[in-house]
Amino acid sequence: MSVKFTEEHEWITVSGDVATVGITIHAAEQLGDVVFVDLPAIGKKVAKGKEAAVVESVKAASEVYAPIDGEIVDVNKTIADEPALVNKDPEGTAWFMKIRIANPSQLEGLMDKAAYDKFVGK
Amino acid sequence: MSEGLSRTPLYDRHVALGARMVPFAGYEMPVQYPTGILTEHNWTRQHAGLFDVSHMGQCFIVGPDFETTAKAFENLVPADVLGLAPKQQRYSQLLTADGGILDDLMVARSAYPGCEGWLAVVVNASRKAVDYAHIAAHLPQGVTLKTEDASCLVALQGPEAEDVLARLNPAVREMRFMHYESLDFAGMTVHVTRSGYTGEDGFELSPCYDDAGKFWDLLLQDERVKPIGLGARDSLRLEAGLCLYGHDIDETTSPVEADLVWSIGKRRRSAGGFPGAARVQKELASGPTRKRVGIKPEGRAPAREGTVIQNMRGDVIGTITSGGFGPTVNGPVAMGYVAAAEAAPGTPVQLIVRDKALPASVVKLPFVPNRFKR
Repeated sequence: MSVKFTEEHEWITVSGDVATVGITIHAAEQLGDVVFVDLPAIGKKVAKGKEAAVVESVKAASEVYAPIDGEIVDVNKTIADEPALVNKDPEGTAWFMKIRIANPSQLEGLMDKAAYDKFVGK
Repeated sequence: MSEGLSRTPLYDRHVALGARMVPFAGYEMPVQYPTGILTEHNWTRQHAGLFDVSHMGQCFIVGPDFETTAKAFENLVPADVLGLAPKQQRYSQLLTADGGILDDLMVARSAYPGCEGWLAVVVNASRKAVDYAHIAAHLPQGVTLKTEDASCLVALQGPEAEDVLARLNPAVREMRFMHYESLDFAGMTVHVTRSGYTGEDGFELSPCYDDAGKFWDLLLQDERVKPIGLGARDSLRLEAGLCLYGHDIDETTSPVEADLVWSIGKRRRSAGGFPGAARVQKELASGPTRKRVGIKPEGRAPAREGTVIQNMRGDVIGTITSGGFGPTVNGPVAMGYVAAAEAAPGTPVQLIVRDKALPASVVKLPFVPNRFKR
């Protein structure tokens, strides 16, 4: 599956039954310098549209929402140690978490890149 | 976004520089330029940062002579205004009858020939209307408030600020912290004070409104100078342990609780004669029940304004009033009010962030040493 996007500015890619989730380039630009990332515990159950992680810039804290229901199977400890990576490579090496997908049908409502670019007014 | 918002004379410059403009205290102001808050913050600590603070309220208290004007203003603030030397500036607060803080401000004694009875005052943008009404209502016959509706004020802050300005007029080198001069820069007459709100050495400069753009451009021509937005202004003042009105101080906090006793004149502590003197004197004598302190969270998670502060037994002892990430400290920094019994530096506390108790401790302010040129 190619990369999909949410209206809350997360991106998601799927490999088998596991989804990798991060925040979009647009979101990282809006946040400004990221200084802290709070990642969920492995094994935690997350629900679509509910807070899964927190990302903090110098100015403010923002939630990162789970785009789908599932269970956290991995988190990116690199961004916890080096939050600035979220600004450098948000849609690549600065992924946030991997979620074992509980309900694959939830993937269908997500935006593709063209739709997301239009959504953010590019 | 721009509906009903005012613009400073430098608005077009900010937009041309690529600033992100946000509403602040009724103005469209730059929160950051494209380089971002961290870079702007660090640049100011290392070189010289240029801030547009034209939204702040510049006004004059005008009386027939210095003593009359100073006495009139002493009726509103707890500072020793009468003791100001010519061209000297002081930090103070407008107090309510209950000893709360209506606003904090800078007041300077004019030394212009013909203007010896003038005090130059700078108040917060968000409080201009309240302050002006309050001041005007409490001045005696013969002393008046003169406000400047269209004015320009910029701050040049950082260790290279003096060198930058000295290239244009070497007289700035003779100025000391909290001194006030009128100087010529490239043919422009500018009111200068050696002060600011970053903890660094620096200057606040007020050219004529019509010279604003030309003066801003002149300063930015120096490669040591970069424009700095409100985001970095906030992280700089927080590291410097300085209060932000509406957050760290307001009408409920007294200057004693806010740890601003240093700004209350010695004569005035005993003599009183300012609004709220009864409360201030009582708190000076027997101590306030709560106190503004620095709070250093352990680990990396910032604790924002509104975060509950508990002691190690889990009792609520106060609230964070300013908190975020300190780029120079390279970690989270905060300040807030705690019960006086738990306000000693070194006291361990816990901060409730997203339902978790984060370990932290009370620390002495500032987080970054002030580098004023005294």
